[in-house]
Amino acid sequence: MKEAPLLIHGLTLGSWHVPAFVVYTWLVMGLLIALSLAVRGSLKPIPGGLQNFVELFIGGLRDFTVNTMGPHGLDYFPLIGTAAFFILLSNLIGVIPGFESPTANLNTTAACALVVFTSTHIVGLKHHGFKYIKHFMGPVLWLAPMMFFIEIIGHIARPVSLSLRLFGNIKGEDLVVLILFLLVPWLIPSVMLGLAVFTSVVQTFVFCLLTMLYISGAMEHAH
Amino acid sequence: MKKYIVFTLMSLVTMALAAPVALAEEAAAAATTGVVDHSSIYSYVALGSGLGIGLAALGTGIGQGIAANGAVEGISRNPGASGKIMTTMIIGLAMIESLAIYALVVVLIMLFVNPYKIFAV
Repeated sequence: MKEAPLLIHGLTLGSWHVPAFVVYTWLVMGLLIALSLAVRGSLKPIPGGLQNFVELFIGGLRDFTVNTMGPHGLDYFPLIGTAAFFILLSNLIGVIPGFESPTANLNTTAACALVVFTSTHIVGLKHHGFKYIKHFMGPVLWLAPMMFFIEIIGHIARPVSLSLRLFGNIKGEDLVVLILFLLVPWLIPSVMLGLAVFTSVVQTFVFCLLTMLYISGAMEHAH
Repeated sequence: MKKYIVFTLMSLVTMALAAPVALAEEAAAAATTGVVDHSSIYSYVALGSGLGIGLAALGTGIGQGIAANGAVEGISRNPGASGKIMTTMIIGLAMIESLAIYALVVVLIMLFVNPYKIFAV
């Protein structure tokens, strides 16, 4: 497979070789921190340009969280908001020619999925204490050994499916644009870039929705 | 009708399984001269990739068609709820799509990571 036509292929800091997607992750982090500092420095009661734009996203995300998780879901709003902003910006930055999405690499998406997975279990343990084990027991007590096994497999399938879904979608879009570019330059890939933007937004939405569902599932009472 | 379907599928399977054997004739001829030719594994890889992603797309197409059918019918019965119905439809489509994406990941592994090189004839 040929080298991807990126702006930065990777850095070499001393004896460490930093791969390209880590460098782009740092870029996304830098952009998000710069945006937050720019808005925080000039907060006004009647919002002007940039603050208005950011409040659109935050307001929409907040309403979505309250609709899905109920009012006590706002405790977990920072986690969901960070995941949403990071994944959205990471997905979208790959549309720009010469840049690569950090989420087009299984390492980044697996990291996000593992954070969600550990949060789910920590939330469950915090809410229920040791009774959290009842979530794995199933409806009837004498079915517990079999249900335990099945529930463990279902729980392990969650981070696997979260990471693979995000990785596959973004990497697949990347490859489609690249291959179409080799076949029919300039015309068809522009249409596919529009589809890439749509896919990026939808995949962020689905990741956040699943996070909210898993966390609210860990908070509620067992069957 | 069923006889024709079974006959077509059996002939396709026979051709699919016999293809690499036929292509391996050339590999055997090269091997006698001392040069090891691993190219016969790639016929299986190409076949597997095409069939895998094709079948995944088939299942996804049918599933997403049924989802969209339900959504359009819901909107036609109750145009006021179209916002909620469309949101639910998009979520359903993304979940169904993810099954095709799992198949795509397996095909990408077969094509670009080539884990079966070590078993090549």
